[in-house]
Amino acid sequence: MAACVAVIAKENYPLFIKTIPTENELKFYYTVHTSLDVVEEKISSVGKNTNDLRELYLGLLYPTEDYKVYGYVTNTRVKFVVVVDSTNASLRDNEIRTMFKKLHNAYVDMLCNPFYKLGDNITSKGFENIVKGMLQQD
Amino acid sequence: MADEAVFEFLHMEMVAHIHREAVKDEKDQCISKLEALGFRVGQSLIERFTKECSRFKDELDTMKFLCKDFWGLVYKKQIDNLRTNHQGVYVLQDNKFKFLVQMSTGKQYMESAPKYLAFPCGMIRGALSNLGVNCIVTAEVSAMPACKFQIQIQRT
Repeated sequence: MAACVAVIAKENYPLFIKTIPTENELKFYYTVHTSLDVVEEKISSVGKNTNDLRELYLGLLYPTEDYKVYGYVTNTRVKFVVVVDSTNASLRDNEIRTMFKKLHNAYVDMLCNPFYKLGDNITSKGFENIVKGMLQQD
Repeated sequence: MADEAVFEFLHMEMVAHIHREAVKDEKDQCISKLEALGFRVGQSLIERFTKECSRFKDELDTMKFLCKDFWGLVYKKQIDNLRTNHQGVYVLQDNKFKFLVQMSTGKQYMESAPKYLAFPCGMIRGALSNLGVNCIVTAEVSAMPACKFQIQIQRT
């Protein structure tokens, strides 16, 4: 279960951020913002093994003392960032991957809605419900 | 086969409708309207199609995807010829373009052919713009039903 889910557009502004209700939600916003640098670094690293470049899932971006941040970039340069609690040790890589797959599917479905203009903030209730299902239940 | 016919008929009616409803002095905006329609459709389609793909290495990779997978998924065939001058201009040649196949070969309908190419041009432009490639797409018909799409990448 995630602590925070964010969708960032190609031009690096947030389309959607949802966090579990805590007192200090801003720190999640900062974490997502700083993770953008790591994402850019990962997608532009040409010197690396070509195998890594071919995958959409970026993996663990960086761990902080309380949280771990995971990233995923689509071919259209839309970034998904998920922040999970470090204490939740039972979360495996596979579960994070399925989380991103669900997010990607929900995003594609939402994009195909003719009333949604590319680049607008995401206000779709369906998308929000899917994200709520992924957030940590207290 | 039935599902392809539905879209072909819808497209034909779309072109006819837009040209019919246009007021006298707005006739030249029909092509732009159709192109804009295609643009939005292309954006959404490419998002859906690239969901399962691995990341594209470079521009040529993107164009190859467009010619093979995108064309295959939309028109059920691949582009017959792709040429480039390696300076940002690509020419895609389709010898039996879906929307032109139903029209008789020969010179009679060559002038109305561009109307049916506006939407596909828009789709290509939308698809590429969502992949991060800004470009201008034009189409020309030299002999029905073959047509050439010229894509000019705009590098800033």
